[in-house]
Amino acid sequence: MAIEVRIPTILRTYTEGAKQVEGTGATLGELLADLDRKHGGLRDRLVDDGGLRRFVNVYLNDEDVRFLAGLDTPVKDGDTVTVLPAVAGGAI
Amino acid sequence: MLTITRNLYDKIVAHARADHPDEACGVLAGPAGSDRPERFIPMTNAARSPTFYEFDSTEQFRVWKEMDERDEEPVVIYHSHTATEAYPSRTDISYANEPGAHYVLVSTRDPASTEFRSFRIRQTAVSEEPVTVVE
Repeated sequence: MAIEVRIPTILRTYTEGAKQVEGTGATLGELLADLDRKHGGLRDRLVDDGGLRRFVNVYLNDEDVRFLAGLDTPVKDGDTVTVLPAVAGGAI
Repeated sequence: MLTITRNLYDKIVAHARADHPDEACGVLAGPAGSDRPERFIPMTNAARSPTFYEFDSTEQFRVWKEMDERDEEPVVIYHSHTATEAYPSRTDISYANEPGAHYVLVSTRDPASTEFRSFRIRQTAVSEEPVTVVE
């Protein structure tokens, strides 16, 4: 078993077009590091020095990880992680 | 080109008017690959601001999951500008992450008439497209 990660259209260039990939790790941060070994560059689109990027949403099962523990959120086999780009903008 | 029914067009304009002076935002979902907007989904502007919009992340997850289950995609992503023209701002362009979507902008700056325009935003390239309203 592993953790299933759903990838949005805009990031599928990093996954050879795959809609979902699998990885392992005890926390979300470890999982993203594991994914980056197989899909180089993906992690950089999700994380910067300060943690998760402001306009990327990452969900553990159906909960935004910002309301959990961010990159320190524990993950386990059988979980599903979903990445969605935030939809945002404005007049300025 | 964006082809949209009168009914959906009117719903977007009504949403933008109702939330003025804050920006309104939402999605028109349609069958995947069809390029045909069919289902009106007004979204909460979590920023509740006259100069910024952001989908509520929990609501977005629910709506995106529902679209996935129905084999739909976001054919149109719309939002309003309430004091400026209906043209993508630098912010709009830098956060545009759905290369397949039509980005509809509505301006409610003039109480008497509403601007309604549609764009494609890919990477940082903006191209306006004609809007055809069908009954």
